[in-house]
Amino acid sequence: MAHLPLHGIRVVDLTGVWAGTFATMLLADLGAEVIKQENPYLMQPNTRGRRAHLTKAMLQGGTAWGSGYPNNEPGPRPWNYCPTFVQLYRNKRSFTVDIRGPEGMDILRRLIAKSDVVMENSAPGVMEKLGITYEWLQGIKPDIIFARMPAYGSSGPYRDGRAMGVHLESMIGHALLRGYPDLDPSNSTATFVADYTAGTQAALAVMMALWHRRQTNRGQLIELSQAESAVPMMAQALMDWSLNQHLQSAIGNRSLDGAAPCGVYPCRSPGTPEDSGDHWIAITVGSDRQWEALRKLMGDPEWARSGDLVTAEARAQRQDLLDARLAEWTADCDDYELMHRLQAAGIAAAPVLEASRALDDPQVLARDLYQPQRIYDDVGVYKYMTPFYRFSETPTGIHKPPVAFGEDNEYVYKEVIGVSDGEYARLRAAGHIRMDFDESVP
Amino acid sequence: MPGPLADLTILDLTEYIAGPYATKLLADYGANVIKLERPGGDPSRGLGPFKGNSKHAERSGTFFYFNTNKRSLVLDLRAPEGRQVFLRLLDGADIVVESFRPGVLDRLGVGWDAVHARKPSAPLVSITNFGQTGPYREFRASELVLFGFAGEMYSMGGQDRAPVKMYGTAAQVESGSAAASAILGAAMVGKWQGVGQRVDFSLAESHLLGVDRRHATVIGYQFSGRKTQRRAGAGVALGGVYPCADGYVELAGGAWFDRVIEMLGNPAWLRDPKWLDPVAQTDPALIEEFEGHFYEWLLARTRREVLREALQARAICAPMFTVDELFDDPHFIARGLWARAEHAELGAFAIPGRPFLMSDSPWELRRPAPLLGQHTAEVLREAGYSEGEVQALAQRHIVEVR
Repeated sequence: MAHLPLHGIRVVDLTGVWAGTFATMLLADLGAEVIKQENPYLMQPNTRGRRAHLTKAMLQGGTAWGSGYPNNEPGPRPWNYCPTFVQLYRNKRSFTVDIRGPEGMDILRRLIAKSDVVMENSAPGVMEKLGITYEWLQGIKPDIIFARMPAYGSSGPYRDGRAMGVHLESMIGHALLRGYPDLDPSNSTATFVADYTAGTQAALAVMMALWHRRQTNRGQLIELSQAESAVPMMAQALMDWSLNQHLQSAIGNRSLDGAAPCGVYPCRSPGTPEDSGDHWIAITVGSDRQWEALRKLMGDPEWARSGDLVTAEARAQRQDLLDARLAEWTADCDDYELMHRLQAAGIAAAPVLEASRALDDPQVLARDLYQPQRIYDDVGVYKYMTPFYRFSETPTGIHKPPVAFGEDNEYVYKEVIGVSDGEYARLRAAGHIRMDFDESVP
Repeated sequence: MPGPLADLTILDLTEYIAGPYATKLLADYGANVIKLERPGGDPSRGLGPFKGNSKHAERSGTFFYFNTNKRSLVLDLRAPEGRQVFLRLLDGADIVVESFRPGVLDRLGVGWDAVHARKPSAPLVSITNFGQTGPYREFRASELVLFGFAGEMYSMGGQDRAPVKMYGTAAQVESGSAAASAILGAAMVGKWQGVGQRVDFSLAESHLLGVDRRHATVIGYQFSGRKTQRRAGAGVALGGVYPCADGYVELAGGAWFDRVIEMLGNPAWLRDPKWLDPVAQTDPALIEEFEGHFYEWLLARTRREVLREALQARAICAPMFTVDELFDDPHFIARGLWARAEHAELGAFAIPGRPFLMSDSPWELRRPAPLLGQHTAEVLREAGYSEGEVQALAQRHIVEVR
């Protein structure tokens, strides 16, 4: 039986928030042993939650993804089941140590001596203040791979800048390239592409460094600026400026490549009257032949027969009209039923899916994308997302449900680091080994 | 210093955006990526923007960006002899990556069975819209359809308007970025353990199971019964998009509001502890009070002035720049983000360079995106074909030599 690609690789995970924890999750999915270091006396906001200690009032009115805690209660240990982050802790180990003093740093040093990779995504300066530098790591393990993911990079005028994904996208130009063409950007909703691209590419960079180490026996320092990793999402706009000095602007849901019609159109869907409105189908007509097929599906209405609509170029000039007419046609249709009719005719279409409906989607069910898990703090059994890697011979999956804060303290201290029972008891008494954040942490 | 992947050879049959971006990331770090193009080329050669705005297969900016550091070989896989050429190239390769609809490669006779029989250690990575199985496996997709269905589009925009997507092909770039690690993972198992395998990578799943919020809305709904609402902003109290003297900035208050107070110069009106109370922060009256002062502060400052004060106070507040401003930005210039490309049809121009820095095996623009069939003869000679054989294949239109 073949092993997962990163079998035998140990990663010390010093990351927080979203991009870093996503990167280490991918490495864990691919077989690495990822050991997440946590500190009972410090919580970077937006790591395992907006804050450690929550009241019910703080959750009121918030979004599903930010404030949708189990049964709308913060519960005894909210950091273990924050909806934004909980799933990123699957397949990982977690242990606690306070690394603000020499005793904790010694524990970290002993762990690093038995590891292959160290990853972090704090603001520049934070690791240095703790004494964690590439040189220090090399002194412990000469072939160590150290991956750092600062927001803007460790050099340059913005190196001290703090940001989340949405701010990086503002800086690099995505915010002004998306949204409604007739409204200002304050009408847009935040996206977090930079978290996605930084997480996937940091995992990729570490894999490349492991590949390199296998050939050369050398480790290295990786630096990924989260802002820079997200720049390729605007490739066409960048190339348009670089080649033509043409500045693109937001075009909403329309196609960069002139496919027309291309948009989202109102639909009905089953449910209570309250739920059945506000549903939309996304449709892209990618060729003249597909336009012909769409005309037929609509029953070849008078307006669609116009010679003005035969070619994509001509349709692109009349998109307001097309959108209005199509919306009249789709308004009485069920979104899923219409998807099947359009796809059968060779036209790209699917509902713009509200999240709760994703759980019942036939494709999602057929591929078993969400699987029931019970986490350490038993808040109930829910369906958690699975890895997006589908390998036939080295299958990935959830081999360990999302790990609770400090859940693997015994394993990491005793089996990995080699701490004796006596030393373990002493470190526990000194406050390093816990399964909760200290009351002093907000 | 060579890139880390110099000993990895990839036969790349992918087209359009996601697959080519995945293999570009690997090619940019040294992998030997042989792009096998159908006669006429990857259809993304027909995607704009084009240099000078006139459509031309060698002047696509999109094709250029997603295909740097690759070599192009034009091969007709519909011909039996084309299949033989593919199998001979496979002898010298480590992995095959493709993005045809499920079943197409099998029908061409170069699917999993053929690959595995010829080279048992070689993985076959298939990148498709919805995956190799399930009721949607044959479905068509577009950027809009993909992001609408699998991404978090439903939540984006205003409640009284239709949902609105991200820019261009941003969702497919996210997917390609994820697919690169699937390819390299499979290559590790192939090269290090001698085990080839099929990898079924679905663009839709890279969003349903990725981190741009969809994963969190699905679990958050199950936890709490909360459905997704469409509303503007970032969901951070005392934050969002605000106008300033010459444009807009994006601010995060919330848990970081202490730094906003510092950025604003610790004024008297911000001394009340209510400003740091997470419940009070969501009170509309408090937000109105904040904005009354904040607009005044912002409108007296340009985006660059706001940025300077945000950096000093370590506040989370970023200007919204345009793409031309990004090219001219002193930070990214100082860091060396931009690379200089040269191309026979496009001339010399700047492109975004390394996505990340590697101290011992750096990124390098070794060659521009290939012209169609530019390396057909070169690659065939490396595979042991004689000059005469190459010419004969070209004459029979099995390959195209530039």
